Amino acid sequence: MADPGALLEPLIPALRRYAYALLRDHAAADDLVQDTLERALSRWYLRRPDGELRAWLFTILRNLQIDAHRQGRRRGVHVEIDEADHRETAARQEAALEARDVLAALEQLPEEQKSLLLLIGVEDFSYGEAARILGVPIGTVMSRLSRARQRLRSIVENGPVALLRRVK
Amino acid sequence: MTGEDVPIGEDELQSFVDERLDEPRRAAVEAYLARHPELAERIAAERRQRAGLRAQLQGKAAEPIPPRLRIASLQAARLARLVRRASLLAAAVALFVVGASAGWFAGSLRPSSPALVAQAPTTAIAQGATAAYRTFVVEVAHPVEVGVAQEAHLLQWLSKRLGHKLEAPDLKPFGYRLMGGRLLPGGSGAAAQLMYEDASGKRLTLYVRAADGTETAFRFQQDGDAATFAWIDQGFGFAVTAMASRDELLPIAEAIYRGLVPKG
Repeated sequence: MADPGALLEPLIPALRRYAYALLRDHAAADDLVQDTLERALSRWYLRRPDGELRAWLFTILRNLQIDAHRQGRRRGVHVEIDEADHRETAARQEAALEARDVLAALEQLPEEQKSLLLLIGVEDFSYGEAARILGVPIGTVMSRLSRARQRLRSIVENGPVALLRRVK
Repeated sequence: MTGEDVPIGEDELQSFVDERLDEPRRAAVEAYLARHPELAERIAAERRQRAGLRAQLQGKAAEPIPPRLRIASLQAARLARLVRRASLLAAAVALFVVGASAGWFAGSLRPSSPALVAQAPTTAIAQGATAAYRTFVVEVAHPVEVGVAQEAHLLQWLSKRLGHKLEAPDLKPFGYRLMGGRLLPGGSGAAAQLMYEDASGKRLTLYVRAADGTETAFRFQQDGDAATFAWIDQGFGFAVTAMASRDELLPIAEAIYRGLVPKG
């Protein structure tokens, strides 16, 4: 059987990029990648044939992130008062100065749209692979992709202010 | 293409943004966009944003892989977890084997098999000692029932329950200090376990219980990395167990034997 290290390591940079784009936090992103790799190693014998390894890892990472996000929401996100003030100020500055920052604009999108734009636009997955990773039919991928890009464009062009949710 | 203005579908426009169209279709979409400036502007913006996102994230993928995410280090941590779980399982299996063989020996204790009678008890004692060693030597919170601070009470208590005057051998010359002891079920009665620890945290146990037979020869048993010397003396079985080689353990067993045998 092939050595997991030789197959997995070349995929780590892309996993880190996807995790970072989702979380916008370097340490939390690496935690998520670590959980993903540990899960992959523990289920190594369940993996799909080699060509699908990349899609399998991205699926694991996204599912772990969704689970963690759900748990985080149930617990309620803990934000220090100072930090909340700081974030709001930072967000306003971002709106004014970084209207063209696509990564910041991406953060305003719901997770499915965000993941879709990253998997297709950045990670170069085919539409079919993206459909399997996201667990939706390919037709849904195409219509969602069109909507996600329109929404992203409107955020980049008009600024995120209108859509910015207050940090609470 | 034909001069007619057949509308381009949204799916194809998205494929165009993603640069996934073959050459004839790409040219057709470009020609169509050239005739529809408003749509062309939208598609150009989407292409710019796609490129912008890729550019912004390019640096992240170019970073070297942090050591904690290297597969070798994740596998090493995973292996350590599996070994820890397996050794707990081994302890459970050892206890079961002791139970099973104790039953087997009980059935064999017939006058017609004197060799077995002579040999069986040390084996059973060595196995009982090894199982007890494996169970409690890994204990961090409660390695002993009564600590060394109450040594007098401990020895009195164990001696009374065992029906044998028990003294804790001094193993300081070998670098082992007494930690304490505990009472265990052993054979048909009770067994006592004294636990020692050296400066590096390596543990050694002395296991004592009532036994049949008068054999005094040492019996050596290696079980994984746990080595045991067991012997029977005046109706009691003794076993000293440690993660050590036979040669390291033998002088300790001899010292304990000499200390336990009443002089004269």
